[in-house]
Amino acid sequence: MVSGAVWTFDDNTNTDLILPGDMLFATEEEQRRAVFRANRPGWVDQVHKGDIIVGGLNFGMGSSRPAARSLRNAGIAAVVAESINGLFFRNAVNFGLIALEAPGVHAAFAEGQTAIISLEDFTVRNRESNIVLQAKPVPQALLDLMLGGGLYPHLERKGLLEPRPGVP
Amino acid sequence: MGMTIIEKIFARASHQAKVAAGDMVVVDVDVSVMLDSSFHANHRRRILKVHDPEKIVVVYDHMVPAPDKMSAEGHVYGREFVKQFGIRRFHDVGPEQGISHAVVADRAYALPGSVLVCGDSHTCASGAFNCAARGVGQPDLLGAITTGKTWFKVGDTVRYDLVGQLRHGVSAKDVFLYLAGTYGHHTNQNIEFGGPGLAHLGINARRTIATIATMGAELSAEFATFEADQVLLDYVRARNPVPFDAQNPDPDARYVDRRTIDLDTMEPLVALPDSVIQNSVPVGDVERESIQQAFIGSCANGTLDDLAEAARVVKGRKVAPGVRFLVTPGTQQVFQAALVAGYVQILMEAGAVVTPATCGACFGGHMGVLGAGETCITASTRNFKGRMGDPSARIFMASPATVAASAIAGHIVNSAKIA
Ligand code: SF4
Repeated sequence: MVSGAVWTFDDNTNTDLILPGDMLFATEEEQRRAVFRANRPGWVDQVHKGDIIVGGLNFGMGSSRPAARSLRNAGIAAVVAESINGLFFRNAVNFGLIALEAPGVHAAFAEGQTAIISLEDFTVRNRESNIVLQAKPVPQALLDLMLGGGLYPHLERKGLLEPRPGVP
Repeated sequence: MGMTIIEKIFARASHQAKVAAGDMVVVDVDVSVMLDSSFHANHRRRILKVHDPEKIVVVYDHMVPAPDKMSAEGHVYGREFVKQFGIRRFHDVGPEQGISHAVVADRAYALPGSVLVCGDSHTCASGAFNCAARGVGQPDLLGAITTGKTWFKVGDTVRYDLVGQLRHGVSAKDVFLYLAGTYGHHTNQNIEFGGPGLAHLGINARRTIATIATMGAELSAEFATFEADQVLLDYVRARNPVPFDAQNPDPDARYVDRRTIDLDTMEPLVALPDSVIQNSVPVGDVERESIQQAFIGSCANGTLDDLAEAARVVKGRKVAPGVRFLVTPGTQQVFQAALVAGYVQILMEAGAVVTPATCGACFGGHMGVLGAGETCITASTRNFKGRMGDPSARIFMASPATVAASAIAGHIVNSAKIA
């Protein structure tokens, strides 16, 4: 069970908004500070650890840059969107960010409401309105990666890669 | 409802009876291809165990022979990795050298119906072999190598039915430029090619189309696959004895769109600089453009057929003064075949510089980097700004015949005009 306060974003929220191009070679901390700086200046100071993003269609469209990692570093516990861009989803899995597709979610939440996500049956509940939405299930193998910090830590725990602290 | 080629490959590889668009699948990976860049100091992680060394292929192609100390260090590291895990299929600098996707094609490492991953965005080239082939990032590549598995989200499939036959002087590259120019990007979608026209397209032509038709690859599609016809089955059986399970689409497969491409109506096209998406024009529209470099090579256009076409166009002619004409065979095997066939002699007599097999000029790495303000016409994979060198250089993309003709003329020209 994951629950947190909701921030809402519109359709096609792209990787340039999450991780601006001029920050590609910056440190992870500098990248974290730049999240949504163009569309929501000051957001990184308002967000709390464990908050949840509710998005529209094609959330995370754009490039292969590790935008999912920036959201995780900003404290976001999960992204639930109408649909999630394929490359962004791949990065969410690899960098340990919970990402779910739940049609109807954008209309079901207002900013500041609380979302309660069950990863047992992939439901998303609005605590205030009690609306319950069905998200698309994520295969167990991918869920393990999302919950376990992503691919590299997973491979390190299994003794397949040599641990290299600080390299996600 | 039946399945498309890609859905059938995924069903087999994920041990399920049925896979449909919208599913997420965890699949067995048949081949993982590592490049010299996989061992680059900034990039690599030390691998402690591999799932199966027989499923790994290592090809040095981006920086070969090593042009600097950083590359050389990575090469040394990779050779130790190959030795440590007993990887047999290793293509180091030497007679087995080549561009990874071209090596995979020459040796038929990508078997019909199989799954292949590699850390390079033009991996989709192997889609010509009825293979689900995709470029992945370094984490995913290391995941596949160490666990034997990876996962994919299954997208909708767009089907292209090819009919008719290409006319003389028109090539697979022109078909690609037509697709890119007419239909634009295919984000999150798969592309499937089939139809009666396939019988007239050789394996090399299919490779050209598959290489650039997908992901990084320039239309942003996830996978491009070709039907497994007799031409393909014969090609593969002559090169790789391992059994395979080719997958053709069900008659009632679900496609999000179905489009017919009449090969008879294709004409030579050129993509204008910076993108191929809805950016193609007939060669005649840009004939005033003078050039300083003409390049034929890369995983898309370094095949024996491409070199033959270039030789046909330049035979008995001379490259225009002020033009550098570079030709890079896709593999050293292709280079040797081109020597035997006499193409290299013809190209060099005309004034071409024929280089060893490497990615080289294609990504502005070495051997043919463009300077400020220069104009290049290329038969390779990508014409993004700055791709081949200085960001102020302009890169037009066209077929090997058009590029070769332009090298002779000193400006962009339709090969029919200099014939
Ligand atoms: S030839 Fe060009 S496109 Fe192909 S793998 Fe090499 S750099 Fe990439």
